[in-house]
Parts: sequence; C-alpha cells; structure tokens
Amino acid sequence: MQLTNRSKLVVKKEMTFAEKIYLPAILSGVVITIKHLFRKKATVKYPEKKREISEIWRGQHVLKRDDKGAERCTACGLCAVACPAEAITMVAAERKKGEENLYREEKYAATYEINMLRCIFCGLCEEACPKEAIFLTDRIVSTDYERNGFIYGKDKLVEDVNERIDVTVRQTPAVLAFKEQKKLSHNK
Amino acid sequence: MAKVTIDGIEVEVADGTTILNAARQIGGEVVPPAMCYYSSLKDTGGKCRVCLVKVTQGSAKDPRPMPKLVASCRTPVMDGMVVQNITSPEVLEARKGVVEFLLINHPLDCPICDQAGECDLQNLAYEHGAGKTRYEEERRTFEKVDIGDKIKLHMTRCILCYRCTFVADQLTNERVHGVLNRGDASEISTYIEKAVENDFSGNMIDVCPVGALTDKTFRFKSRVWFTKPLDAHRNCTKCSGKVVLWSKGDDVLRVSARKDEFGEVKEYICNECRYDHKNMSDWTIEGPRHIDKNSVISQNHYEKIDMQKLKLDIERQIQFQKGKQLPETNQSPA
Repeated sequence: MQLTNRSKLVVKKEMTFAEKIYLPAILSGVVITIKHLFRKKATVKYPEKKREISEIWRGQHVLKRDDKGAERCTACGLCAVACPAEAITMVAAERKKGEENLYREEKYAATYEINMLRCIFCGLCEEACPKEAIFLTDRIVSTDYERNGFIYGKDKLVEDVNERIDVTVRQTPAVLAFKEQKKLSHNK
Repeated sequence: MAKVTIDGIEVEVADGTTILNAARQIGGEVVPPAMCYYSSLKDTGGKCRVCLVKVTQGSAKDPRPMPKLVASCRTPVMDGMVVQNITSPEVLEARKGVVEFLLINHPLDCPICDQAGECDLQNLAYEHGAGKTRYEEERRTFEKVDIGDKIKLHMTRCILCYRCTFVADQLTNERVHGVLNRGDASEISTYIEKAVENDFSGNMIDVCPVGALTDKTFRFKSRVWFTKPLDAHRNCTKCSGKVVLWSKGDDVLRVSARKDEFGEVKEYICNECRYDHKNMSDWTIEGPRHIDKNSVISQNHYEKIDMQKLKLDIERQIQFQKGKQLPETNQSPA
C-alpha cells in the first residue's frame, strides 16, 4: 500500500565497481563538508558573544526591594499557586519590631526558593504578584554540575541594595499607573 | 405552609421562614450571599445588607410589590410571594454598591491575611463587587489586639457583622467582649483587654467572615491553599469532636469546625479540640474534606466523588436553568 508519493521502494541490487570502492562517495561527502566551512555559522561563541535578546526576555527572577531597601515580598503564595511547574516554595514569618527597614509588610518570606530546573520561565509568577516583588529579568540562569545548585534561595534571588536590577521594561502601563496611586498604603 | 417563587423557582416552605432560608432550600445560584446572618446563631442578620432582594409581589392576598429592596435574612415569606434575586438587575446593582461600602474601610491586605482563600468578603467582592476602588480617603485603622493567647484581632479588617459577639453571647457562659463606640469608630473589644477564656470562644474565629479574628496558632504558618483539609473526629467530652484538620504533610497546622455549603458552622467545637490536639495521632481521619471546586483551596486537592450527589447536583442545575427561562411569572414593572 502506498501512502504518499514520497515513499521510495528499497531494492537490494548488486553494487557497481565505482560504488564498491566507496571513494567517490567519500569525496562527495568531503566536498559538502568543505562547502559548509565557508557558510555563515548558525551558532555563536556564547560566553564571549551574546545573541541579541528581546526587550521582554524572561530570564532569571529577581525579588525586588522597595525604594527604602525593604523587601517587597510578603509571602502571599500567589506566585507559587500560579506556577504551572510548581517550582516555587516559600515559608512565611512575622516581622519583628525593628525590622521595618528590612521587610515592607508585617509578614515576609523567611525562605523563598525557585527550582530553576522546574521553572519554565512563563512569567505567570510576576503576573500573579500583587506586591510588585518578583520580576523576570534579562539575565540567563547559569549552568551547574549539581542539581542543588539550581535551587535558588533568597541569597540569589533578592536584589542587592546597592546594585538594583532595572525592571522598568517589564512593567506594563497598567502596573505603572497602579504605582502612581499614592493613596494606596504600599505606594507611600 | 407558604408557597414562594424565587427567580422563577417555586418552593413550599413553613410559615415564618425567611426568604434567605427559602432560597437555601432551593440551593444553587439563587441563594443570596450573607455576611452577617448565621443560621446557628440567634438574632443574627440584618446588618450587612448584601442579601438584599426584590419582592415583586408581596403575597397572594396583597400582590403589591414591596417599595424597596428587602434584607432577605430578616424578611419572612408570605404565601404567594414572588422574589427576584439574580434575575433582577436592580438587586445586582445594589449588591455591588453594598460590597463597595463594605470594602471602604477594609485594608485589602489579602496577601498578608491568613483568611485569604477562605474569606467570605473576598468571595463576595470577587463575585459581586467592582474590580476597582473609587475610595480615596484615609482608611480607618486600629492597632492589632491579642484576645487571649490564641486569638488575634485585626479590627482594621472587621466589617462589623456582630457574629462574634453573638458567639460570645450564646455559646459561652459569660460575655466578655462586645462592640464599643459608634459608627466609623465602632470596635470589637474586650473590656480592658480581658482575655476571652471560655471553652467555646475559639468559634468566633470560624464565624468571622473576614480575617478580623484569626487563629494565632496558625498565624502566617501557611496559606490555606497549600494545606490539605481532612475531615477528622475524636472523642471529646465537651463537643461533638467533628472537625477539619488543615494539614501539611504529617503536621496539623490548624483545626477548625466544619462549615456547610453556606459557610456556616453547625456543630461548634471546643477550644481543647481546636488548639491542643495538633497531632495526627489524636484524630481519626475520615478522608479529604469536600472543597468547592471554585475555591482556590481545591488546587491539588483530590477527593472521592459521590456520584449520587453529583447526579442530584446536575439535575438541580438543569432545573435551575429551566427556571431561568420562565421569567414571565415575575417580570419587574420596568
């Protein structure tokens, strides 16, 4: 039964002398290889040269701090429940007196972990976040030899107070308009 | 017996039944929401106004419509009464306004609040409210108060439904807390912050429709949708011992009373069951708790389906859909 026109009938016939010595076949292969040497390369030498990425590239996550340097995340768990890959886990804790400059709300994430092997970089966590705390950035998650190295804790996720990570391109007009509302307590 | 028609569905109920309870006998979408009415507490209701419905025909004898929307939890039915709930745009509009009023002073700190995910106000606002707030003034705030060592009071979140004071009145021996001050400044309080120490005082956590009264032993432990609700019971001398365990792995994070489909507790539990038995070994596990599929808690929650119950539910919904197609009986005078 013939299903398509592309199918080829395999015939086992005696090879000719030229075919038997294999040399023409090898030579034609070498010619193809040499041709490819002068073609434009499909790959780039990654760490030295980086490919151009989209403005809204979804790479490694960052947990933002607010203007005063306090962590924005309040461990509400919406990112974890939105995450289709179940990559996010967190443990909440209550803020003590004197920690107001560390954490913005009365509850904060004592531990916050993203399993980068599970993460599919869909960006649903930043969409779910009600506190403007988690964003995906243009950074690429680095490689590792061990699985444990891919479980990113707060040490890798929270941005440094002195080295802020710019996420303005990822803030949609709706988000920016929301931040303009100074009446809301957490925008003060 | 009185015959009433609610959203085109006829039901026969005992005399003196309220419209809300008549609607609950029908069940499904026609049940008006209720934030303050609590069937197992006497004299509750009439405060939050979210259960407003339209009465298009007062009774068979006097078919005039009632002049204003009425609170269904406080209005008894009359024979031949015709009521509109979700079929009346006026009711839906009014309910939207009431939700907006309830949310005026609410801090909207759901990401922090332990009640989030099982909060009546959250569900109500989601189903009936507007997506945005128009309120620009300063919201009223109160200091957080510890009522005893087990209950935390966030007065800022309170909607003044008075359910907890009725618990104090009707379930416990002596009432030690109530509402102080008036109007905007009203505040649930204990006299001179006296601890509430009654065997059944913990029930005020369960009756609270918002996160104003929360369990301190569960405070910030986990979001409810990451816990596994299990039906369980134990032999208790003070109460029925029938509870829901909110567990994570082998840890019991919280124990609460069982709520019915209207979010009401029928069998109150004692403080010993609630606070002092946080081991799986203390309880006889019956199985996973039934969680409404619309609830966020039903995420990753698996339970056995009662096919008989499911069939009845589908049949009821089909009946309801049919009922919706018969609006001639209760068309409002436009």
